[in-house]
Amino acid sequence: MSAADVLLSVQDLQVSYNNIRAVKGISFDVHEGEIVSLIGANGAGKSSTLRAISGLIPYTGTIAFQGKDLHKIPADQLVALGIAQVPEGRGIFGNLTVYENLKLATWQRKDKQELPKDYERVFTIFPRLKERRSQQAGTLSGGEQQMLAVGRALMSRGRVMLLDEPSMGLAPVLVREIFRIILEINKTGTTILLVEQNANMALRVANRGYVLETGVITLSGSGSELLGNPRVKEAYLGG
Amino acid sequence: MTYFLQQFLNALQLGSIYALIALGYTMVYGILTMINFAHGDLFMIGAFFCFIAAGLLKLPFVPTLLISMAGVALLGVAIERVAYKPLRNAPRVSAIITALGVGLFLENFTLVFSPYPQSVPTLIPNQTWMLGPVSISSLQIIIVLLSIGLMILLDLIVQKTMIGMAMRAISWDKAIVPLMGVPLNLIISITFAIGTSLGAAAGVMYAQAFPVIDPYMGIMVGWKAFISAVVGGIGNIRGAMIGGFILGLVEIMVAAFMPSTYRDFVAFALLLVLLIFRPHGILGKPRPQKV
Ligand SMILES: Nc1ncnc2c1ncn2[C@@H]1O[C@H](COP(=O)(O)OP(=O)(O)OP(=O)(O)O)[C@@H](O)[C@H]1O
Ligand SMILES: [Mg+2]
Repeated sequence: MSAADVLLSVQDLQVSYNNIRAVKGISFDVHEGEIVSLIGANGAGKSSTLRAISGLIPYTGTIAFQGKDLHKIPADQLVALGIAQVPEGRGIFGNLTVYENLKLATWQRKDKQELPKDYERVFTIFPRLKERRSQQAGTLSGGEQQMLAVGRALMSRGRVMLLDEPSMGLAPVLVREIFRIILEINKTGTTILLVEQNANMALRVANRGYVLETGVITLSGSGSELLGNPRVKEAYLGG
Repeated sequence: MTYFLQQFLNALQLGSIYALIALGYTMVYGILTMINFAHGDLFMIGAFFCFIAAGLLKLPFVPTLLISMAGVALLGVAIERVAYKPLRNAPRVSAIITALGVGLFLENFTLVFSPYPQSVPTLIPNQTWMLGPVSISSLQIIIVLLSIGLMILLDLIVQKTMIGMAMRAISWDKAIVPLMGVPLNLIISITFAIGTSLGAAAGVMYAQAFPVIDPYMGIMVGWKAFISAVVGGIGNIRGAMIGGFILGLVEIMVAAFMPSTYRDFVAFALLLVLLIFRPHGILGKPRPQKV
């Protein structure tokens, strides 16, 4: 792939919390239209990486989106540029209704006339949310909350969607459902950066993947290459 | 019975003032989980704006009210930016101590310019009507209606607009709000502007009802409004309104039927008893555990 295809580029990213280095200079690219998975164990620095890309925490190194350096841009304006994050643990607003959660994500959108179409799209992908649109989001089940979090990211019309462990805490059927939906969203033109501990599923849907271990990228390759890699098999796929 | 009805009207008047101020405490608590202990002093500044606009500039009621609300809103926003924002991720107790300091500053600042109590001119033509045996004044009607009008407006903003939605979202989890594309600092500033301008409106009305004002007038009233907010359920906007009216009612009735020195004692006792039985206030809910 040529450099022109690079949508999101991360160079020498470092994140520290009170002098503890959580991400120790990692570099990777996400190309237009791809699904890229970042896998790693607890505390490897996956969420820190996503939070840095979304502008929620300070970092050193360079993050560029469509060739534009993101360093000085506040988090809320990154959403307008096309970066949508589905945060770890869903982060839905439990005191707002399902519909209000979706609506809030359209804050920075200029094309308001397109909104009805997008609500329709979200409700087609997630019929459950349509049934529960007037319900307080805090009363949703874990799986429904995850759907709402993804729906919100769709409403903000991200060009790249950053997903932080979307399968966490879901029953196996729902995990498969969520990954099916991620593929579907990707097919309609949204680039995906997926962070997961569920390496098996994450690598199966991914075009490419990276393995993150204690803040360092130790392996990279296509999804199938990594699935076949003995080290990945041993450490992340249960031998 | 007549006496009771008469006192009930007085309670409505006092209660609407408490409710307006209580809203400021509750809104700030809702989004920043801190008690803005300078809020009672901002109410006092609102009353002094009334003195400046009406007494010195000879303006009528509506411009006086608007100038006071706008002036205090700007001050409130500035205080948040300068004094509270740097402490947003600090322990809450640091922010609260800072707020107490800001309050002392406002009192002493006002004291420099006004070492003596000031009297505020009456802006609302005093007229009294008899509703059967009960008398009701033009000022009482204006205070109650204006307060209720402002509260309805606030409720509409919070429940129906995108800004209100963003405020409610911040009160749930402010870390996630920027991911929605919502500018957190702007919404916090708007919240301070609205909350403090309601306190200023209360200050103007208070100065009309009790026209001698001094730099310390915000302390006790501020405490009462704070109690109102806690009684209603701190962080809950409708709760603050209900709490304000309850406190107004309790105070007036205690003063009417018991020695009036019991008034503050009963108000504070009410808070203690309520907190034993309903630690989250009347409308406050314990926050469901986040997963
Ligand atoms: N706010 C914080 N303050 C201090 N240390 C933090 C903070 N957030 C994360 N860390 C530390 O940084 C390291 C990386 O954390 P991070 O959340 O990025 O890991 P992760 O890969 O997302 O893990 P998990 O799979 O458990 O979500 C961990 O050691 C963690 O303890
Ligand atoms: Mg994580």
